[in-house]
Amino acid sequence: MDLAFTPAEHAFREEVRAFIGAELPSDVRTKVQAGTELTKADYVAWQGKLNAHGWLAPNWPEQYGGTGWSVVQKHIFEEELALGWAPRNIPFGVSMVAPVIIEFGNDEQRANYLPRILKSQDWWCQGYSEPEAGSDLASLKTRAERDGDHYVINGQKTWITLAQFANMIFVLARTDPKAKKQEGISFILVDMTTPGVTVRPIVTIDGGKEINEVIFENVRVPVANRVGKEGEGWTYAKFLLEHERNGTAGVAGSFQLLERLRAVARKQHVNGGTLLDDERFSERVATVEIELTALSYAQMRSLAAESSGKRPGPESSFIKITGTEIQQAITTLMMEASAASAIDPAEHSALWYFNMRKTSIYAGSNEIQRNIIAKRILGL
Amino acid sequence: MDFTLSSDQALIKDSVDRFITDNYSQQQRAKLVASPDGFSREHWAQFASLGWLGIAFPEDRGGFGGSAIETMILAEAFGRGLVLEPFVPSVVLGGTALAHGGTTQAHHDLLEAMIGGEKLLTFAYSEERSRYDYRTIETYARTDGSDLIVSGKKLAVPFGAAADTYVVTVRTSGEKHDTRGATVVLIDRDMPGVTRHDYQTVDDRRASTITFDSVRVPAANVLGELGDGMELIRLIIDTGLGAVAAEAVGNTSALLRRTVEYLKTRKQFGVPIGSFQALQHRAVDMLIQAELARSITYFGTMKLVDSSSPEERMKALSATKVQIARSGRIVGESAIQLHGGIGMSEEYVIGHFFKRISMIELELGDVDFHLARYVELGKRATDGVASVVADLVGLGAVAGV
Repeated sequence: MDLAFTPAEHAFREEVRAFIGAELPSDVRTKVQAGTELTKADYVAWQGKLNAHGWLAPNWPEQYGGTGWSVVQKHIFEEELALGWAPRNIPFGVSMVAPVIIEFGNDEQRANYLPRILKSQDWWCQGYSEPEAGSDLASLKTRAERDGDHYVINGQKTWITLAQFANMIFVLARTDPKAKKQEGISFILVDMTTPGVTVRPIVTIDGGKEINEVIFENVRVPVANRVGKEGEGWTYAKFLLEHERNGTAGVAGSFQLLERLRAVARKQHVNGGTLLDDERFSERVATVEIELTALSYAQMRSLAAESSGKRPGPESSFIKITGTEIQQAITTLMMEASAASAIDPAEHSALWYFNMRKTSIYAGSNEIQRNIIAKRILGL
Repeated sequence: MDFTLSSDQALIKDSVDRFITDNYSQQQRAKLVASPDGFSREHWAQFASLGWLGIAFPEDRGGFGGSAIETMILAEAFGRGLVLEPFVPSVVLGGTALAHGGTTQAHHDLLEAMIGGEKLLTFAYSEERSRYDYRTIETYARTDGSDLIVSGKKLAVPFGAAADTYVVTVRTSGEKHDTRGATVVLIDRDMPGVTRHDYQTVDDRRASTITFDSVRVPAANVLGELGDGMELIRLIIDTGLGAVAAEAVGNTSALLRRTVEYLKTRKQFGVPIGSFQALQHRAVDMLIQAELARSITYFGTMKLVDSSSPEERMKALSATKVQIARSGRIVGESAIQLHGGIGMSEEYVIGHFFKRISMIELELGDVDFHLARYVELGKRATDGVASVVADLVGLGAVAGV
């Protein structure tokens, strides 16, 4: 056991920091600092910089464009991206569908889709949840009926983040209506320009229009767009969810949020000083920061425990629970820091607080994660 | 960075695990609690012969060249086994004082004697008007020729009756809170003017209130510099915090394991109670807290080994103490609750773990003390994640100080 960073790891941190300093467009950095919404063009521009440097997909196997970094290097990379106010990673392509295609897809699919993700030619979104299938995802009803070389897809998917930017969606659909619940589901890649696909925004309680529903009406998709075997989609879906959870913990991003919180608190005046000088408030901030520090080490331990190339284990559920609770705690403090002005939408802080309620719900609610840990880690 | 044990570290872990299996059944432990010292001198001799007492000290001080990582491995196992021997007071607190503050051959000899198991040490800093604040020292030492005359009172001194020599914080100049004037001295248990009130603690250990009444201490007993001992005191406390955190990690992992076993075996309404979702979720929260405690302990231990400044080290160890105390309380209280009535029984082991984790929460500073220290250091911070971000966004020092 050696708990210190090596000189090589320190040097790597410097390299990453220098890269971000040189390549991150300053207007994008300013937007991220201020917490204003980014455009698709902002994301694509930054992804282009990362890809040109070979750093867009650190988690992929090297042969497909991965970096071959150690767990510690990946951790440093994430931390530096957050500290440098880079845009968040949009996970749907690079972190979600790509690992499934790499693990379960065929050569043709890998050759077609992976380079398009790296070049930001495709923007993916996730067709999992349905109005009647939330935590009980396997009860999904979207049908994909075979018609020659095509599936004909009918159904409704919901809570789809950034579908308005997307041209591709990966869909869980029932290909065998007679099979038992988890069986008979297939994992299908759908071009959203296909006739019969409709995207409708869902306005969230914070006024945001980030999420959508996607309706499928007699959408004809080539059978060749199915990943892996027919009826095995549930296995691939679970694999993807475990990858998703590590990303949704948002550890590095929470260090960023804490800095925004400090910036808000620094502008608030109380008892002749700023809110940051207030003992009670600063100790509440410190409590969250300390727990976040613990979590960042827990995440490193969890990643280190996976021998390279192996799928994340059920401990990613714990990282997700605590990570999202911390994100929420920070935005709660942010709203409180804004005092009476929190009622002004221009202040954003109450809106962030409203928006962040989603984190303990998405990617498998935190209660579902507790069920998973109770069963798979504690054996209860 | 590497989280796996080296082969040497794995050997230490195996041998300490074996020691606990062989020597720390509940019955064996109860006998030790009832014995005059409250622990076993034979076990202590065994610790010495296995090299555990010197593991973290440099070779030129009679140690074996390890670091806080080896201390963490041992302390975690001692926490898991509810071990009673005074490892933290004598080795971690006393040993650190000598290893870093020792200036004379006599000091080096005392450290070697401690490592060899011949001498026991302990650390006395808490006072009636200081709570946890080690800067508040009202045990005064005035100079008389080449001697110091020490008067004052120290509370909650661990194993004060068994320890041969006390590492004591005294004030040689200045007022109550002044940093200047703090001095660390060695005072032998049997020196004239030293009196003790000994007691068995609520978690079945031993402690003493120690009164110093004009105790004549030779100047040669000063560790570090006369009047300039504050950094040594902080280092002793921080090193101790690393070890009690590791002990807490062992304790919480034992509480979790035993509670989950109980949930699987205890039946009510015809089924194991672990099948109830309300209890499952509470058990998962215990697991989360146990994992957070372990993770922050790795962080704190890293900063003991590798810090660029005392402030960075102190801030990290305060963070460590805050988290293990908060996590420990959740794990401990949940363990009792999930056991139900049997958790309240003195005969059953889970309550003993609970009592220990509750007292660890108070050792070397509680949540409030360390949160305040963390915040204060943050205001002065020039390193760490927060200030890096502050620099990047041009916001200046973290709290505008």
